[in-house]
Amino acid sequence: MRRHTLTATAVLAAAALSLTACGGSSDSDDTSSSSSSSSGLSGEITVFAAASLTESFTALGTSFEAENPGTTVTFSFAASSALAEQINSGAPADVFASAATKNMDQVVDAGNASDPVTFANNTMEIAVPADNPAKVDSLDDLTDKDTKVVLCAEDVPCGVSARAVFDNAGITVTPVSNEVDVKSTLSKITLGEADAGVVYVTDVKAAGDKVTGVEIPDDVNASTAYPIATLKGSENAELAKAFEDYVLSDTGATQLESAGFAKP
Amino acid sequence: MSPINRPRTGTRDRGVDRPGTRTPLPLLAPALVAALFLLLPLAGLLIRAPWAQLPELLSEPEALEALKLSLISATAATGLSLLFGVPLAFALARSRRPGISLLRALVTLPLVLPPVVGGLALLLALGRRGIVGGYLYEWFGFSLPYTVWAVIIAETFVAMPFLVVSVEGALRTADRGLEEAAATLGSKPFATFRRVTLPLIAPSLIAGSVLAWARALGEFGATITFAGSFPGTTQTMPIHIYLKLQNDPDAAIALSLVLLLVSVAALGLLRERWMNTGTGL
Repeated sequence: MRRHTLTATAVLAAAALSLTACGGSSDSDDTSSSSSSSSGLSGEITVFAAASLTESFTALGTSFEAENPGTTVTFSFAASSALAEQINSGAPADVFASAATKNMDQVVDAGNASDPVTFANNTMEIAVPADNPAKVDSLDDLTDKDTKVVLCAEDVPCGVSARAVFDNAGITVTPVSNEVDVKSTLSKITLGEADAGVVYVTDVKAAGDKVTGVEIPDDVNASTAYPIATLKGSENAELAKAFEDYVLSDTGATQLESAGFAKP
Repeated sequence: MSPINRPRTGTRDRGVDRPGTRTPLPLLAPALVAALFLLLPLAGLLIRAPWAQLPELLSEPEALEALKLSLISATAATGLSLLFGVPLAFALARSRRPGISLLRALVTLPLVLPPVVGGLALLLALGRRGIVGGYLYEWFGFSLPYTVWAVIIAETFVAMPFLVVSVEGALRTADRGLEEAAATLGSKPFATFRRVTLPLIAPSLIAGSVLAWARALGEFGATITFAGSFPGTTQTMPIHIYLKLQNDPDAAIALSLVLLLVSVAALGLLRERWMNTGTGL
Protein backbone atom coordinates (compact mmCIF):
# COMPACT_ATOMS: atom_id res chain seq x y z
CA MET A 1 0.00 0.00 0.00
CA ARG A 2 2.60 2.46 1.17
CA ARG A 3 4.73 1.82 -1.86
CA HIS A 4 1.76 2.50 -4.14
CA THR A 5 1.09 5.78 -2.42
CA LEU A 6 4.71 6.72 -2.81
CA THR A 7 4.68 5.90 -6.51
CA ALA A 8 1.49 7.89 -6.95
CA THR A 9 3.01 10.84 -5.14
CA ALA A 10 6.07 10.64 -7.34
CA VAL A 11 3.94 10.55 -10.48
CA LEU A 12 1.87 13.46 -9.24
CA ALA A 13 4.97 15.44 -8.40
CA ALA A 14 6.41 14.78 -11.83
CA ALA A 15 3.14 15.82 -13.43
CA ALA A 16 3.03 18.96 -11.34
CA LEU A 17 6.60 19.75 -12.32
CA SER A 18 5.88 19.33 -16.01
CA LEU A 19 2.76 21.44 -15.64
CA THR A 20 4.78 24.19 -14.01
CA ALA A 21 7.20 23.90 -16.88
CA CYS A 22 4.37 24.38 -19.35
CA GLY A 23 2.99 27.17 -17.24
CA GLY A 24 6.39 28.83 -17.34
CA SER A 25 6.31 29.09 -21.08
CA SER A 26 2.79 30.44 -21.19
CA ASP A 27 3.59 32.91 -18.41
CA SER A 28 5.28 35.12 -20.92
CA ASP A 29 2.09 35.03 -23.00
CA ASP A 30 0.11 36.02 -19.96
CA THR A 31 2.20 39.07 -19.24
CA SER A 32 2.17 40.20 -22.84
CA SER A 33 -1.59 39.87 -23.05
CA SER A 34 -2.29 41.44 -19.69
CA SER A 35 -0.67 44.52 -21.15
CA SER A 36 -3.06 44.21 -24.09
CA SER A 37 -6.01 43.90 -21.72
CA SER A 38 -4.92 47.09 -20.06
CA SER A 39 -5.02 48.58 -23.54
CA GLY A 40 -8.79 48.42 -23.21
CA LEU A 41 -10.21 45.10 -24.35
CA SER A 42 -13.52 44.47 -22.63
CA GLY A 43 -17.10 43.53 -23.26
CA GLU A 44 -18.76 40.62 -24.99
CA ILE A 45 -18.65 39.08 -28.42
CA THR A 46 -20.58 36.26 -30.03
CA VAL A 47 -18.66 33.89 -32.25
CA PHE A 48 -20.53 31.80 -34.81
CA ALA A 49 -18.44 28.73 -35.46
CA ALA A 50 -18.78 25.49 -37.39
CA ALA A 51 -19.97 22.52 -35.33
CA SER A 52 -16.62 20.80 -35.93
CA LEU A 53 -14.90 23.61 -34.03
CA THR A 54 -16.94 23.01 -30.87
CA GLU A 55 -14.17 21.60 -28.67
CA SER A 56 -11.22 23.60 -29.99
CA PHE A 57 -13.00 26.96 -30.00
CA THR A 58 -14.51 26.40 -26.57
CA ALA A 59 -10.98 25.88 -25.29
CA LEU A 60 -9.67 28.88 -27.24
CA GLY A 61 -12.48 31.01 -25.84
CA THR A 62 -11.63 30.03 -22.28
CA SER A 63 -7.94 30.83 -22.67
CA PHE A 64 -8.72 34.08 -24.51
CA GLU A 65 -10.98 35.18 -21.64
CA ALA A 66 -8.30 34.21 -19.12
CA GLU A 67 -5.72 36.29 -20.94
CA ASN A 68 -8.08 39.22 -21.34
CA PRO A 69 -9.94 39.71 -18.06
CA GLY A 70 -13.23 41.50 -18.48
CA THR A 71 -14.04 39.91 -21.81
CA THR A 72 -16.71 37.32 -22.54
CA VAL A 73 -16.78 35.16 -25.64
CA THR A 74 -20.05 33.37 -26.38
CA PHE A 75 -20.25 30.71 -29.03
CA SER A 76 -22.97 29.46 -31.29
CA PHE A 77 -21.99 26.18 -32.92
CA ALA A 78 -23.95 24.78 -35.86
CA ALA A 79 -23.51 23.75 -39.46
CA SER A 80 -21.58 26.50 -41.28
CA SER A 81 -24.34 26.74 -43.86
CA ALA A 82 -26.96 27.36 -41.16
CA LEU A 83 -24.73 29.97 -39.51
CA ALA A 84 -24.08 31.76 -42.82
CA GLU A 85 -27.83 31.91 -43.39
CA GLN A 86 -28.39 33.27 -39.87
CA ILE A 87 -25.70 35.94 -40.29
CA ASN A 88 -27.14 37.05 -43.62
CA SER A 89 -30.56 37.28 -41.97
CA GLY A 90 -29.13 39.70 -39.43
CA ALA A 91 -28.12 37.51 -36.49
CA PRO A 92 -26.05 39.54 -34.02
CA ALA A 93 -22.67 37.85 -34.44
CA ASP A 94 -19.21 39.37 -34.22
CA VAL A 95 -16.99 36.67 -35.69
CA PHE A 96 -17.71 33.87 -38.14
CA ALA A 97 -15.52 30.77 -38.40
CA SER A 98 -16.71 28.54 -41.21
CA ALA A 99 -15.87 24.96 -42.11
CA ALA A 100 -15.98 25.80 -45.80
CA THR A 101 -14.92 28.72 -47.96
CA LYS A 102 -18.26 28.46 -49.76
CA ASN A 103 -20.28 29.49 -46.69
CA MET A 104 -17.81 32.27 -45.86
CA ASP A 105 -18.15 33.50 -49.45
CA GLN A 106 -21.93 33.69 -48.99
CA VAL A 107 -21.41 36.01 -46.03
CA VAL A 108 -18.78 38.08 -47.87
CA ASP A 109 -20.96 38.33 -50.98
CA ALA A 110 -23.84 39.60 -48.86
CA GLY A 111 -21.54 42.35 -47.61
CA ASN A 112 -21.42 41.12 -44.03
CA ALA A 113 -17.70 40.40 -43.87
CA SER A 114 -14.52 41.03 -45.81
CA ASP A 115 -11.02 39.60 -46.05
CA PRO A 116 -11.54 36.19 -44.46
CA VAL A 117 -8.35 34.38 -43.47
CA THR A 118 -7.92 30.61 -43.55
CA PHE A 119 -6.76 29.43 -40.13
CA ALA A 120 -6.91 25.64 -40.38
CA ASN A 121 -7.49 22.66 -42.60
CA ASN A 122 -9.33 19.48 -41.79
CA THR A 123 -9.48 16.10 -43.46
CA MET A 124 -12.02 13.31 -43.28
CA GLU A 125 -11.93 10.05 -41.38
CA ILE A 126 -14.27 7.10 -40.97
CA ALA A 127 -15.71 6.92 -37.45
CA VAL A 128 -17.05 3.64 -36.10
CA PRO A 129 -18.45 2.75 -32.65
CA ALA A 130 -15.73 1.66 -30.21
CA ASP A 131 -16.61 -2.03 -30.68
CA ASN A 132 -16.91 -1.66 -34.48
CA PRO A 133 -19.93 -4.01 -34.84
CA ALA A 134 -19.87 -4.02 -38.64
CA LYS A 135 -16.09 -4.59 -38.75
CA VAL A 136 -15.40 -1.58 -40.92
CA ASP A 137 -11.71 -1.15 -41.70
CA SER A 138 -11.65 0.46 -45.12
CA LEU A 139 -13.67 2.77 -47.34
CA ASP A 140 -14.91 -0.21 -49.36
CA ASP A 141 -16.63 -1.62 -46.29
CA LEU A 142 -18.96 1.38 -46.37
CA THR A 143 -20.51 0.11 -49.61
CA ASP A 144 -21.75 -3.03 -47.85
CA LYS A 145 -25.55 -2.94 -47.80
CA ASP A 146 -25.72 -4.27 -44.24
CA THR A 147 -23.50 -1.53 -42.91
CA LYS A 148 -25.54 1.37 -41.59
CA VAL A 149 -23.68 4.50 -42.66
CA VAL A 150 -24.66 8.01 -41.55
CA LEU A 151 -23.36 11.09 -43.33
CA CYS A 152 -23.84 14.81 -43.07
CA ALA A 153 -26.44 16.05 -45.54
CA GLU A 154 -25.13 17.21 -48.92
CA ASP A 155 -26.18 20.74 -47.95
CA VAL A 156 -23.58 21.08 -45.18
CA PRO A 157 -19.76 21.17 -45.59
CA CYS A 158 -18.97 17.83 -43.95
CA GLY A 159 -21.48 16.18 -46.30
CA VAL A 160 -19.84 17.76 -49.32
CA SER A 161 -16.41 16.53 -48.21
CA ALA A 162 -17.64 13.02 -47.45
CA ARG A 163 -19.08 12.74 -50.94
CA ALA A 164 -15.87 14.11 -52.44
CA VAL A 165 -14.03 11.23 -50.74
CA PHE A 166 -16.42 8.68 -52.27
CA ASP A 167 -16.02 10.29 -55.69
CA ASN A 168 -12.23 10.20 -55.36
CA ALA A 169 -12.36 6.55 -54.36
CA GLY A 170 -14.86 5.71 -57.07
CA ILE A 171 -17.35 4.10 -54.68
CA THR A 172 -21.06 4.56 -54.09
CA VAL A 173 -22.21 4.79 -50.49
CA THR A 174 -25.89 4.94 -49.63
CA PRO A 175 -26.32 6.33 -46.12
CA VAL A 176 -29.28 5.45 -43.92
CA SER A 177 -29.48 9.06 -42.83
CA ASN A 178 -28.31 12.52 -43.88
CA GLU A 179 -27.77 14.40 -40.64
CA VAL A 180 -27.99 18.16 -40.18
CA ASP A 181 -24.41 18.64 -38.99
CA VAL A 182 -21.24 16.79 -38.14
CA LYS A 183 -22.00 16.52 -34.42
CA SER A 184 -25.37 14.87 -34.91
CA THR A 185 -23.74 12.49 -37.40
CA LEU A 186 -21.13 11.56 -34.82
CA SER A 187 -23.67 11.11 -32.03
CA LYS A 188 -25.53 8.43 -34.04
CA ILE A 189 -22.22 6.53 -34.08
CA THR A 190 -21.42 7.24 -30.43
CA LEU A 191 -24.84 5.87 -29.46
CA GLY A 192 -24.17 2.77 -31.56
CA GLU A 193 -27.23 3.40 -33.72
CA ALA A 194 -25.06 3.58 -36.84
CA ASP A 195 -22.14 1.37 -37.88
CA ALA A 196 -20.02 4.03 -39.48
CA GLY A 197 -19.90 7.61 -40.64
CA VAL A 198 -17.52 9.92 -42.41
CA VAL A 199 -16.64 12.91 -40.26
CA TYR A 200 -13.68 15.22 -39.70
CA VAL A 201 -10.46 13.82 -38.22
CA THR A 202 -10.87 16.35 -35.41
CA ASP A 203 -14.31 15.06 -34.47
CA VAL A 204 -13.03 11.51 -34.13
CA LYS A 205 -10.27 12.85 -31.90
CA ALA A 206 -12.70 14.94 -29.82
CA ALA A 207 -15.00 11.95 -29.26
CA GLY A 208 -12.20 10.18 -27.41
CA ASP A 209 -12.61 6.45 -26.85
CA LYS A 210 -16.33 6.44 -27.65
CA VAL A 211 -15.50 6.02 -31.33
CA THR A 212 -12.64 4.54 -33.30
CA GLY A 213 -11.18 6.24 -36.35
CA VAL A 214 -10.43 4.40 -39.57
CA GLU A 215 -8.03 6.41 -41.69
CA ILE A 216 -8.86 7.38 -45.25
CA PRO A 217 -5.86 7.14 -47.62
CA ASP A 218 -4.35 10.54 -48.46
CA ASP A 219 -4.75 10.12 -52.20
CA VAL A 220 -8.56 9.93 -51.97
CA ASN A 221 -9.10 12.07 -48.88
CA ALA A 222 -10.82 15.43 -49.10
CA SER A 223 -9.84 18.43 -47.08
CA THR A 224 -11.69 21.55 -46.19
CA ALA A 225 -10.36 24.99 -45.33
CA TYR A 226 -11.60 26.94 -42.32
CA PRO A 227 -11.81 30.70 -42.92
CA ILE A 228 -12.44 33.22 -40.15
CA ALA A 229 -13.57 36.84 -40.41
CA THR A 230 -14.78 39.66 -38.21
CA LEU A 231 -18.30 40.60 -39.19
CA LYS A 232 -19.33 44.05 -40.40
CA GLY A 233 -22.26 44.15 -38.01
CA SER A 234 -20.07 43.65 -34.94
CA GLU A 235 -20.77 46.11 -32.16
CA ASN A 236 -17.44 45.34 -30.54
CA ALA A 237 -15.22 45.14 -33.58
CA GLU A 238 -12.05 45.68 -31.56
CA LEU A 239 -12.65 42.65 -29.37
CA ALA A 240 -13.87 40.65 -32.36
CA LYS A 241 -10.65 41.42 -34.24
CA ALA A 242 -8.61 40.55 -31.14
CA PHE A 243 -10.29 37.15 -30.97
CA GLU A 244 -9.72 36.58 -34.67
CA ASP A 245 -6.03 37.48 -34.21
CA TYR A 246 -5.87 35.14 -31.23
CA VAL A 247 -7.15 32.24 -33.36
CA LEU A 248 -4.54 33.12 -35.99
CA SER A 249 -1.75 33.49 -33.40
CA ASP A 250 0.81 30.81 -32.54
CA THR A 251 -1.12 29.98 -29.36
CA GLY A 252 -4.27 29.47 -31.39
CA ALA A 253 -2.45 27.39 -33.99
CA THR A 254 -0.96 25.16 -31.30
CA GLN A 255 -4.35 24.53 -29.72
CA LEU A 256 -5.96 23.82 -33.07
CA GLU A 257 -3.15 21.45 -33.99
CA SER A 258 -3.56 19.54 -30.76
CA ALA A 259 -7.23 19.09 -31.70
CA GLY A 260 -6.14 17.48 -34.95
CA PHE A 261 -6.43 20.39 -37.38
CA ALA A 262 -3.74 20.88 -39.98
CA LYS A 263 -2.00 24.17 -40.60
CA PRO A 264 -3.42 26.01 -43.63
CA MET B 1 -78.05 12.06 -32.28
CA SER B 2 -77.30 15.47 -30.91
CA PRO B 3 -76.06 15.26 -27.34
CA ILE B 4 -77.18 18.20 -25.27
CA ASN B 5 -74.99 17.68 -22.28
CA ARG B 6 -74.21 21.18 -21.21
CA PRO B 7 -75.65 24.66 -21.40
CA ARG B 8 -75.10 25.60 -25.01
CA THR B 9 -73.18 28.76 -24.34
CA GLY B 10 -71.05 27.96 -27.33
CA THR B 11 -73.90 28.55 -29.73
CA ARG B 12 -73.58 31.87 -31.40
CA ASP B 13 -75.34 33.94 -33.95
CA ARG B 14 -72.82 34.53 -36.66
CA GLY B 15 -71.99 38.09 -37.54
CA VAL B 16 -73.97 39.64 -34.70
CA ASP B 17 -72.59 40.46 -31.25
CA ARG B 18 -75.32 39.76 -28.78
CA PRO B 19 -75.80 42.40 -26.06
CA GLY B 20 -73.31 41.94 -23.26
CA THR B 21 -71.03 39.73 -25.31
CA ARG B 22 -69.15 42.47 -27.11
CA THR B 23 -65.38 42.46 -26.47
CA PRO B 24 -64.68 45.03 -23.74
CA LEU B 25 -62.59 47.95 -24.97
CA PRO B 26 -59.57 47.33 -22.65
CA LEU B 27 -59.26 43.86 -24.17
CA LEU B 28 -59.40 45.04 -27.73
CA ALA B 29 -55.94 46.59 -28.01
CA PRO B 30 -53.96 43.65 -26.54
CA ALA B 31 -56.10 41.25 -28.56
CA LEU B 32 -55.11 43.12 -31.68
CA VAL B 33 -51.43 43.02 -30.70
CA ALA B 34 -51.68 39.27 -30.11
CA ALA B 35 -53.32 38.68 -33.46
CA LEU B 36 -50.73 40.81 -35.28
CA PHE B 37 -47.89 39.05 -33.46
CA LEU B 38 -49.15 35.65 -34.51
CA LEU B 39 -49.87 36.69 -38.07
CA LEU B 40 -46.71 38.71 -38.75
CA PRO B 41 -44.36 35.74 -39.35
CA LEU B 42 -46.89 34.26 -41.74
CA ALA B 43 -46.97 37.57 -43.58
CA GLY B 44 -43.18 37.48 -43.79
CA LEU B 45 -43.35 34.07 -45.38
CA LEU B 46 -45.95 35.20 -47.88
CA ILE B 47 -44.12 38.39 -48.81
CA ARG B 48 -40.72 36.76 -49.23
CA ALA B 49 -42.08 33.78 -51.16
CA PRO B 50 -40.50 33.39 -54.60
CA TRP B 51 -43.87 33.24 -56.33
CA ALA B 52 -42.43 33.11 -59.85
CA GLN B 53 -40.32 30.04 -59.16
CA LEU B 54 -42.95 28.41 -56.99
CA PRO B 55 -44.25 25.84 -59.48
CA GLU B 56 -40.71 24.77 -60.35
CA LEU B 57 -39.58 24.53 -56.73
CA LEU B 58 -42.63 22.56 -55.72
CA SER B 59 -42.39 20.05 -58.53
CA GLU B 60 -38.93 18.87 -57.44
CA PRO B 61 -39.12 15.11 -56.85
CA GLU B 62 -37.43 15.40 -53.44
CA ALA B 63 -39.96 17.95 -52.25
CA LEU B 64 -42.88 15.87 -53.49
CA GLU B 65 -41.43 12.77 -51.89
CA ALA B 66 -41.02 14.60 -48.59
CA LEU B 67 -44.58 15.93 -48.72
CA LYS B 68 -45.96 12.51 -49.57
CA LEU B 69 -44.03 10.90 -46.74
CA SER B 70 -45.21 13.59 -44.33
CA LEU B 71 -48.86 13.15 -45.29
CA ILE B 72 -48.70 9.36 -45.06
CA SER B 73 -46.79 9.20 -41.79
CA ALA B 74 -48.92 11.90 -40.13
CA THR B 75 -52.06 9.99 -41.11
CA ALA B 76 -50.61 6.73 -39.84
CA ALA B 77 -49.59 8.43 -36.59
CA THR B 78 -53.13 9.75 -36.19
CA GLY B 79 -54.53 6.26 -36.82
CA LEU B 80 -52.26 4.78 -34.16
CA SER B 81 -53.17 7.58 -31.78
CA LEU B 82 -56.86 6.80 -32.25
CA LEU B 83 -56.37 3.06 -31.90
CA PHE B 84 -54.39 3.28 -28.68
CA GLY B 85 -55.01 6.81 -27.44
CA VAL B 86 -58.81 6.63 -27.18
CA PRO B 87 -58.74 3.56 -24.91
CA LEU B 88 -56.07 5.26 -22.84
CA ALA B 89 -58.18 8.41 -22.59
CA PHE B 90 -61.15 6.28 -21.52
CA ALA B 91 -59.10 4.56 -18.83
CA LEU B 92 -57.76 7.89 -17.58
CA ALA B 93 -61.19 9.51 -17.47
CA ARG B 94 -63.07 6.66 -15.84
CA SER B 95 -60.60 4.78 -13.68
CA ARG B 96 -60.66 5.41 -9.94
CA ARG B 97 -57.46 3.50 -9.28
CA PRO B 98 -54.77 5.23 -7.20
CA GLY B 99 -51.94 6.64 -9.25
CA ILE B 100 -54.16 7.41 -12.21
CA SER B 101 -53.47 11.13 -12.01
CA LEU B 102 -49.76 10.48 -11.94
CA LEU B 103 -50.18 8.32 -15.03
CA ARG B 104 -52.14 11.10 -16.68
CA ALA B 105 -49.35 13.58 -15.97
CA LEU B 106 -46.72 11.20 -17.31
CA VAL B 107 -48.47 10.25 -20.55
CA THR B 108 -49.14 13.85 -21.44
CA LEU B 109 -45.48 14.71 -20.88
CA PRO B 110 -44.66 14.74 -24.62
CA LEU B 111 -46.91 17.82 -24.87
CA VAL B 112 -44.30 19.86 -23.04
CA LEU B 113 -41.15 17.82 -23.67
CA PRO B 114 -38.72 19.29 -26.20
CA PRO B 115 -39.20 17.03 -29.25
CA VAL B 116 -35.45 16.35 -29.47
CA VAL B 117 -35.58 14.96 -25.95
CA GLY B 118 -38.50 12.78 -27.02
CA GLY B 119 -36.51 11.54 -30.00
CA LEU B 120 -33.50 10.76 -27.86
CA ALA B 121 -35.68 8.92 -25.36
CA LEU B 122 -37.16 6.87 -28.20
CA LEU B 123 -33.68 6.11 -29.46
CA LEU B 124 -32.59 4.89 -26.03
CA ALA B 125 -35.73 2.76 -25.69
CA LEU B 126 -36.32 1.47 -29.20
CA GLY B 127 -32.98 2.04 -30.96
CA ARG B 128 -30.70 -0.78 -31.98
CA ARG B 129 -28.95 -0.52 -28.62
CA GLY B 130 -32.09 0.53 -26.76
CA ILE B 131 -33.57 -1.21 -23.72
CA VAL B 132 -36.31 -2.81 -25.83
CA GLY B 133 -34.94 -2.20 -29.32
CA GLY B 134 -31.80 -4.11 -28.38
CA TYR B 135 -33.82 -7.34 -28.05
CA LEU B 136 -35.73 -6.57 -31.23
CA TYR B 137 -32.41 -6.38 -33.03
CA GLU B 138 -30.93 -9.42 -31.32
CA TRP B 139 -33.93 -11.68 -31.98
CA PHE B 140 -35.19 -10.50 -35.35
CA GLY B 141 -32.26 -8.54 -36.75
CA PHE B 142 -34.63 -5.59 -37.11
CA SER B 143 -33.78 -2.09 -35.99
CA LEU B 144 -36.29 0.73 -36.05
CA PRO B 145 -34.19 3.86 -36.59
CA TYR B 146 -33.86 5.01 -40.22
CA THR B 147 -37.12 3.30 -41.21
CA VAL B 148 -40.48 4.83 -42.03
CA TRP B 149 -41.80 3.06 -38.91
CA ALA B 150 -39.47 5.17 -36.84
CA VAL B 151 -40.97 8.30 -38.40
CA ILE B 152 -44.47 7.10 -37.57
CA ILE B 153 -43.49 6.15 -34.02
CA ALA B 154 -41.78 9.49 -33.41
CA GLU B 155 -44.79 11.39 -34.72
CA THR B 156 -47.21 9.24 -32.73
CA PHE B 157 -45.20 9.83 -29.57
CA VAL B 158 -45.49 13.58 -29.98
CA ALA B 159 -49.05 13.72 -31.38
CA MET B 160 -50.95 11.12 -29.34
CA PRO B 161 -51.11 13.20 -26.12
CA PHE B 162 -53.05 15.88 -28.02
CA LEU B 163 -55.72 13.34 -28.85
CA VAL B 164 -55.69 11.81 -25.37
CA VAL B 165 -56.11 15.20 -23.71
CA SER B 166 -59.02 16.29 -25.89
CA VAL B 167 -60.83 12.95 -25.71
CA GLU B 168 -60.31 12.63 -21.98
CA GLY B 169 -61.70 16.11 -21.45
CA ALA B 170 -64.78 15.23 -23.45
CA LEU B 171 -65.28 11.96 -21.59
CA ARG B 172 -65.14 13.72 -18.26
CA THR B 173 -67.86 16.18 -19.20
CA ALA B 174 -69.97 13.70 -21.18
CA ASP B 175 -73.36 12.76 -19.75
CA ARG B 176 -72.90 9.50 -17.86
CA GLY B 177 -76.69 9.16 -17.64
CA LEU B 178 -76.95 8.01 -21.23
CA GLU B 179 -74.34 5.31 -20.65
CA GLU B 180 -76.10 4.21 -17.49
CA ALA B 181 -79.42 4.10 -19.32
CA ALA B 182 -77.87 1.93 -22.01
CA ALA B 183 -76.49 -0.38 -19.34
CA THR B 184 -79.85 -0.75 -17.61
CA LEU B 185 -81.36 -1.61 -20.98
CA GLY B 186 -78.95 -4.54 -21.20
CA SER B 187 -76.11 -3.13 -23.30
CA LYS B 188 -72.74 -4.73 -22.62
CA PRO B 189 -69.90 -2.34 -21.64
CA PHE B 190 -68.07 -2.46 -24.98
CA ALA B 191 -71.31 -2.07 -26.92
CA THR B 192 -72.16 0.94 -24.76
CA PHE B 193 -68.73 2.40 -25.43
CA ARG B 194 -69.11 1.90 -29.18
CA ARG B 195 -72.72 2.94 -29.61
CA VAL B 196 -73.25 5.53 -26.90
CA THR B 197 -69.95 6.94 -25.63
CA LEU B 198 -68.14 7.30 -28.96
CA PRO B 199 -70.99 9.18 -30.70
CA LEU B 200 -71.28 11.32 -27.59
CA ILE B 201 -67.69 12.47 -27.84
CA ALA B 202 -67.48 12.46 -31.64
CA PRO B 203 -66.82 16.21 -32.02
CA SER B 204 -63.89 16.10 -29.59
CA LEU B 205 -62.65 12.93 -31.21
CA ILE B 206 -62.53 14.69 -34.58
CA ALA B 207 -61.02 17.84 -33.13
CA GLY B 208 -58.37 15.80 -31.30
CA SER B 209 -57.57 13.79 -34.42
CA VAL B 210 -57.09 16.87 -36.56
CA LEU B 211 -54.88 18.45 -33.90
CA ALA B 212 -52.81 15.28 -33.61
CA TRP B 213 -52.54 15.06 -37.38
CA ALA B 214 -51.41 18.67 -37.71
CA ARG B 215 -48.89 18.21 -34.91
CA ALA B 216 -47.52 15.06 -36.54
CA LEU B 217 -47.26 16.85 -39.87
CA GLY B 218 -45.10 19.57 -38.36
CA GLU B 219 -42.96 17.24 -36.24
CA PHE B 220 -39.23 17.81 -36.65
CA GLY B 221 -37.07 17.24 -33.58
CA ALA B 222 -38.18 13.79 -32.49
CA THR B 223 -38.26 12.56 -36.08
CA ILE B 224 -34.76 13.62 -37.04
CA THR B 225 -33.34 12.35 -33.76
CA PHE B 226 -35.03 8.95 -33.82
CA ALA B 227 -35.56 8.28 -37.52
CA GLY B 228 -32.80 10.30 -39.15
CA SER B 229 -33.22 11.82 -42.57
CA PHE B 230 -33.10 10.00 -45.88
CA PRO B 231 -34.99 11.19 -48.97
CA GLY B 232 -38.05 9.05 -49.58
CA THR B 233 -37.79 7.02 -46.39
CA THR B 234 -37.41 9.25 -43.38
CA GLN B 235 -36.96 12.77 -44.71
CA THR B 236 -40.26 14.43 -43.87
CA MET B 237 -41.28 17.86 -45.09
CA PRO B 238 -40.06 19.80 -42.01
CA ILE B 239 -36.64 18.10 -42.22
CA HIS B 240 -36.45 18.68 -45.95
CA ILE B 241 -37.25 22.34 -45.36
CA TYR B 242 -34.58 22.65 -42.67
CA LEU B 243 -31.90 21.12 -44.93
CA LYS B 244 -33.01 23.26 -47.88
CA LEU B 245 -32.61 26.36 -45.75
CA GLN B 246 -28.86 25.66 -45.55
CA ASN B 247 -28.35 26.07 -49.27
CA ASP B 248 -31.45 27.33 -50.98
CA PRO B 249 -33.54 29.61 -48.74
CA ASP B 250 -35.97 30.36 -51.55
CA ALA B 251 -36.88 26.71 -51.87
CA ALA B 252 -37.23 26.47 -48.10
CA ILE B 253 -39.68 29.39 -48.09
CA ALA B 254 -41.70 27.89 -50.93
CA LEU B 255 -41.94 24.53 -49.19
CA SER B 256 -42.86 26.18 -45.90
CA LEU B 257 -45.78 27.79 -47.68
CA VAL B 258 -47.07 24.40 -48.75
CA LEU B 259 -46.83 22.99 -45.24
CA LEU B 260 -48.52 26.12 -43.94
CA LEU B 261 -51.34 25.80 -46.45
CA VAL B 262 -51.97 22.18 -45.52
CA SER B 263 -51.96 22.98 -41.81
CA VAL B 264 -54.28 25.96 -42.22
CA ALA B 265 -56.67 23.79 -44.19
CA ALA B 266 -56.64 21.18 -41.43
CA LEU B 267 -57.19 23.72 -38.66
CA GLY B 268 -59.88 25.46 -40.70
CA LEU B 269 -61.67 22.17 -40.97
CA LEU B 270 -61.36 21.86 -37.23
CA ARG B 271 -62.64 25.32 -36.45
CA GLU B 272 -66.34 24.54 -36.81
CA ARG B 273 -66.09 21.76 -34.25
CA TRP B 274 -63.78 23.66 -32.02
CA MET B 275 -66.08 26.63 -31.70
CA ASN B 276 -68.93 24.53 -30.41
CA THR B 277 -67.38 21.93 -28.20
CA GLY B 278 -64.44 23.03 -26.13
CA THR B 279 -61.87 20.32 -26.49
CA GLY B 280 -60.11 20.94 -23.24
CA LEU B 281 -57.26 22.55 -25.12
